[in-house]
Amino acid sequence: MKLVTAIVKPFKVEDVKAALQAQGVNGMTVSDAAGYGRQGGHVEVYRGAEYTVDLVPKVRIEALVNDSDVAKVVDAIVAAAKTGKIGDGKVWVIPVEDVVRVRTGEHGAEAV
Amino acid sequence: MPEISAGDTAWVLVSTALVLVMTAPALALFYGGMVRAKSTLNMMMMSFGALFVVGIIWVIFGYSVAFGPALDSGSFIGDPTAFLGLKGLLNTSALAVNGAYYPIPATAFVAFQAMFAVITVALISGAIADRARFGTWLMFSAIWVTIVYLPVARAVFYFGDQDANGGGFIATKIKALDFAGGTAVHINAGAAGLALALVLGKRIGFGKMLLRPSNLPLVMIGAGLLWFGWFGFNAGSALGANGLAGVAFINTFSATCAAVAGWLLIEKMRDGHATSLGAASGIVAGLVAITPACAYVDTWGALSIGAIAGAITALAVGLKYRFGYDDSLDVVGVHLVGGIVGTVLIGFFGTTSVNEFSANGLLYGGGASQLVKQIEAAAIVLVFSFVVTYILGTILSKTIGFRVSRDEELEGVDIALQAESAYDLVDSSKGSSKGKSA
Repeated sequence: MKLVTAIVKPFKVEDVKAALQAQGVNGMTVSDAAGYGRQGGHVEVYRGAEYTVDLVPKVRIEALVNDSDVAKVVDAIVAAAKTGKIGDGKVWVIPVEDVVRVRTGEHGAEAV
Repeated sequence: MPEISAGDTAWVLVSTALVLVMTAPALALFYGGMVRAKSTLNMMMMSFGALFVVGIIWVIFGYSVAFGPALDSGSFIGDPTAFLGLKGLLNTSALAVNGAYYPIPATAFVAFQAMFAVITVALISGAIADRARFGTWLMFSAIWVTIVYLPVARAVFYFGDQDANGGGFIATKIKALDFAGGTAVHINAGAAGLALALVLGKRIGFGKMLLRPSNLPLVMIGAGLLWFGWFGFNAGSALGANGLAGVAFINTFSATCAAVAGWLLIEKMRDGHATSLGAASGIVAGLVAITPACAYVDTWGALSIGAIAGAITALAVGLKYRFGYDDSLDVVGVHLVGGIVGTVLIGFFGTTSVNEFSANGLLYGGGASQLVKQIEAAAIVLVFSFVVTYILGTILSKTIGFRVSRDEELEGVDIALQAESAYDLVDSSKGSSKGKSA
């Protein structure tokens, strides 16, 4: 099992969600996030005073997938989230030791 | 004595309620949205606090000191015992007196002027956002309105008894024109704001950290409501439902439109964007500047005063970064500077064509004599308010303390002082009841 984490532009969430559903991923966690990468921040001006806002709003999408599905899920996210402009985000994959479904107590791949 | 006029009385009572709206909720919203989320409620409470404290003082002795018979001849204040607790005014036949009888009840005039005292004090709070102790603020409000506002209001707004004897020296000796309070309200509050900002010092992170507004929609609602209420402030100052009220009303509208244009133009040229905060600020700047002038200028005068005020205040709000004083919400840049602009420009744009009690300014063939009077009045109020407020603020600061602790400031004054949060946006921050209820 793997945990796929994707940081994407907020307006791309619906596209990524649809792409994951098309790949049979039937559960995910979405949260608002803020951060910066190569895109850097942006400048806001209040009564002439300039503020550099370093942390840009992003959305973090997390999904647990079985090993065999990882490659196509990652590809689907990248395809859906891409605009080609700076700030499109990142996707990474980390191994997961165990997963438990709270309602049934199932472990491992059964619980994904 | 005139008979009570139903129309005049109705208009003054409605205007009174409109001016109340300027403080609560309009100014509270305008200021509350402009601070960070951790200070919103405290900021709003400073307006509401000034409201109740000044209101109590006004009906007990405030009105009497500002508009009562002089304590003794040559005195700058009225006798506080003359109308103590509004003695003699709460009967149905007492008429308002201010240099002459007005065909409205004395109580209507008392209430109308109460709202002016309230908002003047509330305006100051923007200069010390995020860092003032609430109890000290309430005490400051009580003392400041007594020793600064009441004498200044008398000097500017009081035209004497029914035979016009004993009027305030700015109104009747200098004969400066200030229809609704460019000096007594805005220069007064702005100079006091500057003094308090200096006494309390800068907020942690001023000029370095992100101190941006937390809720600009609240600021926009507040600015719109201030404009709404300001029609009562300016047109209500005619103290009657008459032609003068109409002149003041339309000028309050035209000048404010021009001020928004002026502010946004400066922003667009300087920063590249016309902002919502700029539009809201332009509204207030225009309202401030036209306040003293609204019954004394024609449309061209009103548009000019508004545009000039909008542009100058848009530039003036940057002064605090240059000189390093943390006037957090620009009480100085908007109210002091806007008040000076409006008061002084009467000396240029005043015209007797709209009102026989006006004076022709420099651009209307009247020479510089009115201009000199306007500058004199502005300077006197500015210096008096600044000096007395600085001394009062310093005394309060050194004795009971005016500023919250560093930890309280960092945590946020809402939680530290009011024990509340303005916004509950995160589910995980919901606590459990301690089983205690009132």
